[in-house]
Amino acid sequence: MLAFVLRRLVQSLLVMFFVALLAFSMFRFLGDPIAQMVGQDTSLQERERLRVELGLNDPVPVQFARYVAGVLKGEFGISYRIGRPVDELIAERLPATLELSFVAALFALLAGIPMGVYTGLYPDRWLSKVLLSLSLMGIALPTFLIGILLILIFGVNLGLLPTFGRGEVVHIGFWSTGFLTISGLKSLIMPAITLGMFQLALIMRLVRSEMLEVLRTDFIKFARARGLSNRAVYFGHALKNTLVPVITITGLQIGSIIAFAIITESVFQWPGMGLLFIQAIQFVDIPVMSTYLILIAFFFVVINLTVDLLYYAVDPRLRVHGGAGGK
Amino acid sequence: MNGMENNVAAPVADTAPALLEVRSLRVEFPTRRGTLVAVDDVSFSLRAGEILGVVGESGAGKSMTGTAIIGLLEPPGRIAGGEILLEGRRIDNLDYERMRRIRGKEIGAIFQDPLTSLNPLYTVGRQLVETIRTHLTMTEAQARRHALDMLKEVGIPAAEERIDHYPHQFSGGMRQRVVIALALCAGPKLVIADEPTTALDVSIQAQIITLLKRLCRDHGTAVMLVTHDMGVIAEAADRVAVMYAGRLVEIGPAQAVIRDAHHPYTRGLMGSIPTIGRDVERLEQIDGSMPRLDAIPPGCAFNPRCRQRFGRCEREKPSLIGQGDRAVACWLHEQGEGAS
Repeated sequence: MLAFVLRRLVQSLLVMFFVALLAFSMFRFLGDPIAQMVGQDTSLQERERLRVELGLNDPVPVQFARYVAGVLKGEFGISYRIGRPVDELIAERLPATLELSFVAALFALLAGIPMGVYTGLYPDRWLSKVLLSLSLMGIALPTFLIGILLILIFGVNLGLLPTFGRGEVVHIGFWSTGFLTISGLKSLIMPAITLGMFQLALIMRLVRSEMLEVLRTDFIKFARARGLSNRAVYFGHALKNTLVPVITITGLQIGSIIAFAIITESVFQWPGMGLLFIQAIQFVDIPVMSTYLILIAFFFVVINLTVDLLYYAVDPRLRVHGGAGGK
Repeated sequence: MNGMENNVAAPVADTAPALLEVRSLRVEFPTRRGTLVAVDDVSFSLRAGEILGVVGESGAGKSMTGTAIIGLLEPPGRIAGGEILLEGRRIDNLDYERMRRIRGKEIGAIFQDPLTSLNPLYTVGRQLVETIRTHLTMTEAQARRHALDMLKEVGIPAAEERIDHYPHQFSGGMRQRVVIALALCAGPKLVIADEPTTALDVSIQAQIITLLKRLCRDHGTAVMLVTHDMGVIAEAADRVAVMYAGRLVEIGPAQAVIRDAHHPYTRGLMGSIPTIGRDVERLEQIDGSMPRLDAIPPGCAFNPRCRQRFGRCEREKPSLIGQGDRAVACWLHEQGEGAS
């Protein structure tokens, strides 16, 4: 078990290293950061001096090595655009993105699993058909459109919810949270729904098809033959057997939620990392972009590791090796 | 219903009241191309503690009969006619919830494949305790003790340790023992065992049959033993019912039927069993194969394969005709003349 975790950790570091390498080599094609940093009338000599200062004239591998060495020391560089250390910038924005992603994922799970179970158990009821049609829309509609529609209806026409920003936040140590104020919570609703809608539809459809699959198995038939109540059969036996694929997909999707929060954050002007990243791209702010991508890779890696460990918790066949006899 | 056939009740030799009585059971599957009749006018009864073997080829309707009795036919399959009585009470028309309380408590079930009958995510102990507590008023601790006793009784070695193991840690034979424990743990009066040994190694099959026989004798449980294996019938059954294309063609005491089968189909089945010590060039076999449910011939369903058929067989469906404790659905035996 420990060996497994350690092996996965080493793999994870490798993954992150290659993500950084890839990101770094791509940034060369984004344009010249100096052009964004200086005014029209800066002389060529001045530009050249700045370029040498930032090390932009060195070959890419050298720049990359310098960046990695910095990262290993905990220095992520200085933002070209804002002129402050990148880790500070990200730390400021991280809570906003994580809170949004967390609420969106929670929304997708808490609504998606029951809806999936319902549509799996009663495929012929009209509510199931309505839910399935709606879920198709959730998958097909682009995120920004859902966001804009929500803003139009609940923000502009009904005036119920704020249309942008995080509302008031409370600072607890380095963390800033919107969970503790009314305006913070109200601001969360629309972005979270927008961000979670696709995942909700996906999880619902996944749970549904897994339920249909599991309900056909012999052990469900045998559970019925043992006279267990419907509740025990559906939730104790069927639902638990659908969990392994659901955990897999949910894990991957949580990574995507964090990574794709960019669009939702842009629509709602949510002050998170995604917005920071978009602005960084426009400015060719290489340190910010690299650090953001490494961080996202880090999240994916951590989530996948968690997913693998959850398998062990759910499925005893992975947990116990050998045992007595049997296939 | 086809009125003229209903006057024949299954023969009951004793005066003991029947534990299970199936009367003119008909199971249908509506499909796009018409209704398939999977079980057609089947009547038989089972006394307390008796082992009734039900034999026939795949698709003869034997499993379907068992499934209908426990009320778990998969839609669109449905009971289209007849009655099922358990201790004189009709159970074929109960709602799901009332039938659920009978399943496991009064009628246990054992399925064919022990590898897939158990939920892989729960320990066998948990599955036993869950079943016991569904039907009997017991605390968790009492139920666990009872579960442990059951595991010991079905011959699981080191049951104290094994009770907390998961199904995948048991071998096929051991898993079938667990399934038997699950079927018997709430003390049912009847167990429907659907091909309980088919998925097992030959050497394990005998053990499981012996175990099933012993347990049912000890608990006074009746068994409806569905199988296609005549060897299992000879070994375990008190009486045997032979099914063909959804209908019961012969029923009677196992030894008598094996020794002297009346129906040509049963005789064909017996002829296809290899016997040690009897020196034959090749085993007899029945020509052709059982018709599909959508192509059952008129008259006796067996007539196209029967070597003794005559005109009437192609026109009229024979019903079970009783003769003492035996009955056979064959025109050859209409007036009760002996087997030709």
